[in-house]
Amino acid sequence: MSDKPALSTTAKGPAGQPQVAPPSASGGMTQATLVKKTAPKTDYKPADVSPQRRVQRRYTMRLWSVRHSRGLEWLYARFADMFLKLHPLWNAIGYGRVEAPVKFVEKRVKGIMFDCRMCGQCVLSSTGMSCPMNCPKQLRNGPCGGVRANGNCEVEPDMPCVWVKAWEGSRNMVEGDAILNVQKPVDQSLRETSAWLRVTAQSAARRQSAESVQ
Amino acid sequence: MTPTRPPQTDENPAGVDLPLDPLPGHSSRGRLERILRRGEFAVTAELNPPDSANPEDVYERAAIFDGWVDGINAVDASGANCHMSSMGICALLTRMGYAPILQIACRDRNRIAIQGDVLGAAAMGVGNIMCLTGDGVQAGDQPGAKPVFDLDCMSLLETIRTMRDDGRFLSGRKLTTPPSVFLGGAINPFAPPYDFRPHRLAKKIAAGAQFVQSQYCFDVPMLREYMKRVRDLGLTEKCFILVGVGPLASAKTARWIRSNVPGIHIPDSIISRLEGAENQKAEGKRLCIDIINEVKEIDGVSGIHVMAYRQEEFVAEIVHESGVLKGRRPWRREARPDDAMVADRLDHILNDNPTERPGDIVKEAAN
Repeated sequence: MSDKPALSTTAKGPAGQPQVAPPSASGGMTQATLVKKTAPKTDYKPADVSPQRRVQRRYTMRLWSVRHSRGLEWLYARFADMFLKLHPLWNAIGYGRVEAPVKFVEKRVKGIMFDCRMCGQCVLSSTGMSCPMNCPKQLRNGPCGGVRANGNCEVEPDMPCVWVKAWEGSRNMVEGDAILNVQKPVDQSLRETSAWLRVTAQSAARRQSAESVQ
Repeated sequence: MTPTRPPQTDENPAGVDLPLDPLPGHSSRGRLERILRRGEFAVTAELNPPDSANPEDVYERAAIFDGWVDGINAVDASGANCHMSSMGICALLTRMGYAPILQIACRDRNRIAIQGDVLGAAAMGVGNIMCLTGDGVQAGDQPGAKPVFDLDCMSLLETIRTMRDDGRFLSGRKLTTPPSVFLGGAINPFAPPYDFRPHRLAKKIAAGAQFVQSQYCFDVPMLREYMKRVRDLGLTEKCFILVGVGPLASAKTARWIRSNVPGIHIPDSIISRLEGAENQKAEGKRLCIDIINEVKEIDGVSGIHVMAYRQEEFVAEIVHESGVLKGRRPWRREARPDDAMVADRLDHILNDNPTERPGDIVKEAAN
């Protein structure tokens, strides 16, 4: 092995040894701590732990939305009704054509209010108006077991757990018990699409099929 | 001369080597489910996964539990630290006839990989699967890894339940043989939001959990409160709850765990008790036994899950001294349905002197 260079598929040849190879962990210290200790030191240290958190730094508005979940629930219901009433209009213009402007507005409005990640399948009404996609693990069914005693996230020590907030928010809401329903896994193919239009189209279809039955 | 053995409960009467038939109403062929459904106090333990490619390491670590536990948890990169995979450990353990509990964490694999693994595991003879979300990658030794979290523990439970009960994948495609597994989840009664935790268990049961194992319990009054609320919701009839316990090596370790491992709640009284002791390791074991003795009296607790990280040799003592088995001796090895096939094949290789070269096989077939 030593006298023959290892075959490599890259132009630069085989990768060299990593510059600092962390030694094996011994008693009293975990490998993770060792890795952190032996990491090369630079002046620039990113502020947050997970990249997701770096996209949006402040969460004041998010917390405000959770505190006012009851009002937002009411507003959202009116808003959904209005969108449904406009269904003939959307249909006339064409859902495909209207998608881009609606998505533009939706992304910004929900971005400010909830730090929306545009998963395209909004469950805010079932999660106390706290967007579950802000959880570093993107849990959609409740908190993980790692929530800190002060109610903060295990990954982001300075961020309140999304699900602790969700539970608080849901207690204010009329339909708050929707938090107890098991949510389906996220359909990743629907990311960056408009949840508003999807919900409207779906309820319009439901209404139509109900009418045809009668 | 084989000594005559007393009759075992979980044994095929026609022969020890024969696989068990599934009982009516059971979802797996495993012994853990039988023991729980029979109302006996179950004991499970966690196998510390080796950082090696040597199967002997796994066998050695499993041998410590021989005859003391009803199920061995094969952990899936716990704490986001890289170790031998839970699938690999289960492959080795089932080969030797142990009853493993396969842990699947959503951190590392997407739904395509996980559903394939479930089928593979069930085919190897894994009777129990435990669905976890998994720690964040930041907690482990490779914080630069890409976190997957495609499913969460709840949707994972639902996915495997659909595969088992409806015989189809998440996409709706049919399975020819569904995996018959006993499904489990994890609970942590010791982390906020405390009011939500019992409801979360209800959600897990709705998603398909048949047994749950809890995080380390060091605060029995807190567990009692949780269990009371769980009983009020009527959940103890639908699900078997195994409480996680484990010995603390010293007060220093306890402090370190408290500040570094998220989700483990250790009250001050525990630490001061350890500090006051002369031999902290022995006191840690004593403490664990005391907790077990308190926990087993709580209504609705069906068993314990012993997590003795790097102190696996204590598991047998802890189980023995706490007397939770009440004289029952968990049956250690079981034959898998395809063992006869493997044995035949081995017999053929060893005794029949077979021609196995492709050229010869073709020639043989041509004649």
